Amino acid sequence: MNETAFTPLTGLLGGALIGVASVGLLLASGRIAGISGILGRSIFPAAGDLAWRLAFVVGLPIGAWLIGVLAPASRALAITPSAPRLVAGGLLVGIGTQMANGCTSGHGICGLARGSRRSLLATAVFMAAGMATTFVARHVIGAP
Amino acid sequence: MQAIVALLCGVAFGVGLAVSGMTNPAKVLAFLDVAGRWDPTLAFVMGGALAVAAPGFAVARRRARPWLGGSFALPTRSDVDAPLAVGSALFGVGWGLVGLCPGPALADLARGAPSVFAFVAAMLAGVVLHRSTTRRGPAHARVPEAGVPKAS
Repeated sequence: MNETAFTPLTGLLGGALIGVASVGLLLASGRIAGISGILGRSIFPAAGDLAWRLAFVVGLPIGAWLIGVLAPASRALAITPSAPRLVAGGLLVGIGTQMANGCTSGHGICGLARGSRRSLLATAVFMAAGMATTFVARHVIGAP
Repeated sequence: MQAIVALLCGVAFGVGLAVSGMTNPAKVLAFLDVAGRWDPTLAFVMGGALAVAAPGFAVARRRARPWLGGSFALPTRSDVDAPLAVGSALFGVGWGLVGLCPGPALADLARGAPSVFAFVAAMLAGVVLHRSTTRRGPAHARVPEAGVPKAS
């Protein structure tokens, strides 16, 4: 149940597309494609700074939906956690990414691509914390 | 025009997340679960993204202005502080609990699954909570004459 197939080719291809999207936004608009930053700064936006943020955020599900239409198998979505765990996870992701000024995209991709020391540390920490959490949940507590 | 470009980039980003399988939390958790049946796909996704983004960002660094005008909004900080480490740790724990980070969570809204709505609602609550309690200036300071964005 916890096993997924290793898919290096679609992984690389999808990753390259994420890279193209990040570079495109930077070259065209001068913006970093960090999801938590785009989202967080749309809460109390500066004047004239909201439309592009909302447009980018709306684009994400549209892109995923397009692929779901073209390749129904990609719609696989297995979210097993209980409601309290979902809510706790969501809160931690929301607060943590704002505190750290970035997440997997802003630090893990854009930051590392720029050679940022802050992003290197952030990526190492959230990877380690994610692995530790999954280890405790699956192998110590025995939850999925 | 800025919004149209952002929408297109958002769509491309969402397509990339779905093609790579990162919209499926089970796949992300299988990457984080190094002691289980490890699925290294996520590392390939980051590798593919960095292979494009690193040269792309280097090109952008040499440009004076973005194509659509204005200036480059790049992070200027290079100090490593406690909120960076603590925030990243909190984020990692939440990520490991569910297998969703902000991008895939928003992309998965397309599935219409109640579990995704619950996660995104909690995530937005966390964002608003943090933003309304700290409410400081933008971390992405606009560089006035963005010829050479400062390396960090």
